[in-house]
Amino acid sequence: MTSELDIFVGNTTLIDEDVYRLWLDGYSVTDAVALRVRSGILEQTGATAAVLQSDTMDHYRTFHMLERLLHAPPKLLHQLIFQIPPSRQALLIERYYAFDEAFVREVLGKKLSKGTKKDLDDISTKTGITLKSCRRQFDNFKRVFKVVEEMRGSLVDNIQQHFLLSDRLARDYAAIVFFANNRFETGKKKLQYLSFGDFAFCAELMIQNWTLGAVGEAPTDPDSQMDDMDMDLDKEFLQDLKELKVLVADKDLLDLHKSLVCTALRGKLGVFSEMEANFKNLSRGLVNVATKLTHNKDVRDLFVDLVEKFVEPCRSDHWPLSDVRFFLNQYSASVHSLDGFRHQALWDRYMGTLRGCLLRLYHD
Amino acid sequence: MPGKLKVKIVAGRHLPVMDRASDLTDAFVEVKFGNTTFKTDVYLKSLNPQWNSEWFKFEVDDEDLQDEPLQITVLDHDTYSANDAIGKVYIDIDPLLYSEAATVISGWFPIYDTIHGIRGEINVVVKVDLFNDLNRFRQSSCGVKFFCTTSIPKCYRAVIIHGFVEELVVNEDPEYQWIDRIRTPRASNEARQRLISLMSGELQRKIGLKVLEMRGNAVVGYLQCFDLEGESGLVVRAIGTACTLDKLSSPAAFLPACNSPSKEMKEIPFNEDPNPNTHSSGPSTPLKNQTYSFSPSKSYSRQSSSSDTDLSLTPKTGMGSGSAGKEGGPFKALLRQQTQSALEQRGGSPHRFCRRREFPFFTLTAFPPGFLVHVGGVVSARSVKLLDRIHNPAFVGIMGNTRSYKLLDWNSFNSDEPETRDAWWAEIRQEIKSHAKALGCHAVVGYSESTSICEEVCILSASGTAAVLNPRFLQDGTVEGCLEQRLEENLPTRCGFCHIPYDELNMPFPAHLTYCYNCRKQKVPDVLFTTIDLPTDATVIGKGCLIQARLCRLKKKAQAEANATAISNLLPFMEYEVHTQLMNKLKLKGMNALFGLRIQITVGENMLMGLASATGVYLAALPTPGGIQIAGKTPNDGSYEQHISHMQKKINDTIAKNKELYEINPPEISEEIIGSPIPEPRQRSRLLRSQSESSDEVTELDLSHGKKDAFVLEIDDTDAMEDVHSLLTDVPPPSGFYSCNTEIMPGINNWTSEIQMFTSVRVIRLSSLNLTNQALNKNFNDLCENLLKSLYFKLRSMIPCCLCHVNFTVSLPEDELIQVTVTAVAITFDKNQALQTTKTPVEKSLQRASTDNEELLQFPLELCSDSLPSHPFPPAKEHLESASSNSGIPAAQRATSVDYSSFADRCSSWIELIKLKAQTIRRGSIKTTVTVEKASPVGDGNFRNRSAPPCANSTVGVVKMTPLSFIPGAKITKYLGIINMFFIRETTSLREEGGVSGFLHAFIAEVFAMVRAHVAALGGNAVVSYIMKQCVFMENPNKNQAQCLINVSGDAVVFVRESDLEVVSSQQPTINCQSSCTEGEVTT
Repeated sequence: MTSELDIFVGNTTLIDEDVYRLWLDGYSVTDAVALRVRSGILEQTGATAAVLQSDTMDHYRTFHMLERLLHAPPKLLHQLIFQIPPSRQALLIERYYAFDEAFVREVLGKKLSKGTKKDLDDISTKTGITLKSCRRQFDNFKRVFKVVEEMRGSLVDNIQQHFLLSDRLARDYAAIVFFANNRFETGKKKLQYLSFGDFAFCAELMIQNWTLGAVGEAPTDPDSQMDDMDMDLDKEFLQDLKELKVLVADKDLLDLHKSLVCTALRGKLGVFSEMEANFKNLSRGLVNVATKLTHNKDVRDLFVDLVEKFVEPCRSDHWPLSDVRFFLNQYSASVHSLDGFRHQALWDRYMGTLRGCLLRLYHD
Repeated sequence: MPGKLKVKIVAGRHLPVMDRASDLTDAFVEVKFGNTTFKTDVYLKSLNPQWNSEWFKFEVDDEDLQDEPLQITVLDHDTYSANDAIGKVYIDIDPLLYSEAATVISGWFPIYDTIHGIRGEINVVVKVDLFNDLNRFRQSSCGVKFFCTTSIPKCYRAVIIHGFVEELVVNEDPEYQWIDRIRTPRASNEARQRLISLMSGELQRKIGLKVLEMRGNAVVGYLQCFDLEGESGLVVRAIGTACTLDKLSSPAAFLPACNSPSKEMKEIPFNEDPNPNTHSSGPSTPLKNQTYSFSPSKSYSRQSSSSDTDLSLTPKTGMGSGSAGKEGGPFKALLRQQTQSALEQRGGSPHRFCRRREFPFFTLTAFPPGFLVHVGGVVSARSVKLLDRIHNPAFVGIMGNTRSYKLLDWNSFNSDEPETRDAWWAEIRQEIKSHAKALGCHAVVGYSESTSICEEVCILSASGTAAVLNPRFLQDGTVEGCLEQRLEENLPTRCGFCHIPYDELNMPFPAHLTYCYNCRKQKVPDVLFTTIDLPTDATVIGKGCLIQARLCRLKKKAQAEANATAISNLLPFMEYEVHTQLMNKLKLKGMNALFGLRIQITVGENMLMGLASATGVYLAALPTPGGIQIAGKTPNDGSYEQHISHMQKKINDTIAKNKELYEINPPEISEEIIGSPIPEPRQRSRLLRSQSESSDEVTELDLSHGKKDAFVLEIDDTDAMEDVHSLLTDVPPPSGFYSCNTEIMPGINNWTSEIQMFTSVRVIRLSSLNLTNQALNKNFNDLCENLLKSLYFKLRSMIPCCLCHVNFTVSLPEDELIQVTVTAVAITFDKNQALQTTKTPVEKSLQRASTDNEELLQFPLELCSDSLPSHPFPPAKEHLESASSNSGIPAAQRATSVDYSSFADRCSSWIELIKLKAQTIRRGSIKTTVTVEKASPVGDGNFRNRSAPPCANSTVGVVKMTPLSFIPGAKITKYLGIINMFFIRETTSLREEGGVSGFLHAFIAEVFAMVRAHVAALGGNAVVSYIMKQCVFMENPNKNQAQCLINVSGDAVVFVRESDLEVVSSQQPTINCQSSCTEGEVTT
């Protein structure tokens, strides 16, 4: 006796959250059944393995049919085939677009292309996430990227509108899309200690301050309809950053800056002497990062540079985070007292974001 | 020109990509009704076209309005080649034709293609302007309402129940036309869908005409079926019960019940023709071949059945004529005569309707109180027929000569065909009628008809419950006022329907009779089998349960007549065994009555399958069932005897366990009260005997005595052993689950509002090696049991819940394939309240007495324990339980002994409490999801600050579906019309669609979606009395092909939650489907 056909269709589509998770995690039906058996469900319910097999198959089939709709979540809301309560719909979408930390760290900043897709095998072996799940997550990134790529308006809003994600998840996707678009290097050994959350935090700051969209929000001419893009860094801004060079190139200005910072921080910093000794190096590092951002190559290496030029030197001198904060605040603020320096607004736009990023990046 | 149909095509969405180059579609729409077609403009390059067409107007006869479906075809415009069809929508406009139902059909309909399934949706608005037509000779029957519901619809009152209406139409099946060889599968499928739609329309119209002739205004319990006879054609037939219904403005109570016999009634001599035509597979003949030794004196549960062929090959044994003797209760005779005259009266009209008068049948399964006076038992008839197309020369003519593809012309050819089918059914109905007469009944209720077709053999089956009805509901006007009054003087008893309608000294079959355990006045049988729902006023002890008998019989492959002969030879044995199984299982459950009995016999190439489903209950009025005794053939073998006694112990244990499980604890009644005036000495011995059953000395029981009374299973070979084993292997549902195949579960009254309707299909392939009857039986049994287990597992989140209206259908699509389709609804109930309602009547009366003494109640107790679905203000559970356990007073009473002056207040606060409860539950579930997330490798990074996603408000209105006639916790406020849909789906890429399971899963989901969409477009929010009448699945995996036909029906309704009715701050959940649909249009 073999079962040729075995289906269950409810008027309200039955969604088993546990099976959904197993499916999302890319387990085959056989593996999923084995895992469910291990969870002790048979003892709880008095069911047999055959029942579990049939149930799992049913759910997998349903998910497979739903997957097409999940690719465009608004379709899931309007479709008529599956009657699913709104809360369940939201759960389906949210879980489908959720991703693994380990996975996202591997592909963050990489081009979402076929080439990267080929590397998923390696990522799968490295992270222990099934290839199927890797593919789903990668395809999600790529799909979101494709949809919002050419869109005007806020990146987060666009993602939220077209994929109906929660605010948090939409922000994460904005970061992923932003990183993929600007191809920031995140995979270097030096950067391994950073979490996705760290990068996402930086991405948000950069989107808010360094992109075209950030400028567009200023009440300029409403008719000009300038490209309100959250994805690309503001090219003009990057060009202007060259003007900051003077802060380190002009020796007088550099000395003045140093003395201003030192005076203000004397007695307040535990690592004052180290700071005093390193000031010129640190300042050069931070300003040089800014001036180099016109080159794509250097944009990509932004995080490598920040860690190399600032985080690592401070860390080797055992600066506590509070001291880093004091220093960066004073370092940014003191520039306003430099009479010979005329690019205060530019400096604020640059340093305001960078300060936030550095504080976030500064940890073990 | 009695009608103007207006159609507007608004927009489309989610259309498929038809032009690969642009990834877009140039869509336009053709709107067709009858022979008129309109087209919209082409909306270029869009998957979400906005046509916003003008109103397309069709001026048509109302006859056409009833017959024809509105056909909407969405196409992709192609400049150079032929336009490609995207898909179609058929809209039945019948609901717009009666005044009280829907006034407009408006909404999103799935665009359906028989090859690709649903491909996007289209927004359509349909209206009908009807002109008054006073033409007496009209062919249409606009205005007659149709209900699938097999009881009087909730917001109506039955003024008169007229009786049986039936009709059938026959046509050639497009699939078997010569043209099918050259047209595409799509064209063939669409031709079939359209034809069936037309035929159903015509059938409905014709039935409507008959109803109008009877001066009724509605058909209740309308059941329409298709017989796909293959080469010989396609039959669409329908039966129903004509009624005159009154819309209830307020939920007024029905007229008081009157079913108690009146002793003062003058004796009226009553004579009846003996029925020499009654054919029966008499219980005596097949016995010798049986492995069971079935005591012949045993009640045959009053099931007279018969199986015969038109070939007259089976010897027809006459059955004892059921003439009612003079000694029969005089009142019964009177009733009978009145019923008779009531039934005849209606036939007095035109001669063409004279035939209907012959059949006092009712397709209803639930009745207004007082309608059902006595129930006789199940009557059924089967007949094996050969389908033969050579009888229809007209067929050949049209196939050979006519080139034009014309489907509608059933008047021009095979005009004698309906006559043949009519005659077949008339024959069967005649038989049913005579069976009923033999049981002393004049009517058959819970009547249904079915067929099973394999190749050219067709089994026609009909079954129902013989009954005596109260003539009051059957007659026009108030005729016998005096009788009524006299009847009403007597207190209605709850056991009346159990009392035998036949004469006890001249019984049509051997049966044990005892005095009713309730009223002690009338005789009752020891078991009662019926096809109807449990009457609402019946007193039941404990809960009910689903009881199934399953049986397979191998049959040699044969052709035509030989095949029919073989089948008709097997049928009596099947019936007999199915019946024995039912009886055994019923006794094993410790119950004494079956309701909703449905026996399905399915014929295949090389086997016959029998599946009987029913809901077993313990009726308080009937005697306690005796146990089952096992007897061995070789009483001298010691070890064998030990084995037997072991088995016996197991059976006894099972019975005891079941009694506990189903809470069957009838009040102890001393022998004297029951036994005294029983005339037959046999009965006395039986009573004594039933006591000895409980002892362990069963093996010593002398068979010759045993046969007379207790239920004895004789085990003389392995076959019988198997059967006993299979009795014991039926696993009860897991705790928290109940199941039944009736509308509601006897013993559970406190339904909560969560419902889940589902369809489950399983097909198994038998390995041809082990095809013995036993192996087959085991396979079939396992299939059904596993299916049930799967259902219990899947629905475990709804515990405590009950599977209601569990409907199994078996078919044998191929040689070694068995297909089982189950449709049912799971309804949750409140467990705490369930405990309260399971009180024996004795307890109840005790309570009543005690409360009366205490004078604490301002309400009679029944009001809160019976009529209210749940308790007004449940205090904390523990408190309740401790209170009841301490004082010995049931919790319900405790709670009611509170001042009722602020009753309404309490009601609403109770609702709040429920709401609160729901909220906490929801909160609880969120908690669990959070823990799951933490356990996952996703890490907390992704779920920080979980805010509500923006898709909280869906744009698609929820439509509930249920096979029941009601929605728990809600009130049906309007019936919008009948839903009757037929779909075909075919694929030539079976593997790509996920194999047979993927294919059928998707198709059934699509069918549900289309039903829901139609209901929503009518402005409804639920389908009640939903039924999947057919699910024919054929596959050819080698060719990567499969085809499936599904026919569903039900009543579209508007319901309002009871809580919303009472609490003012409701958010009008009913008719916002339309508004939300238009919202959807904006958002896309």
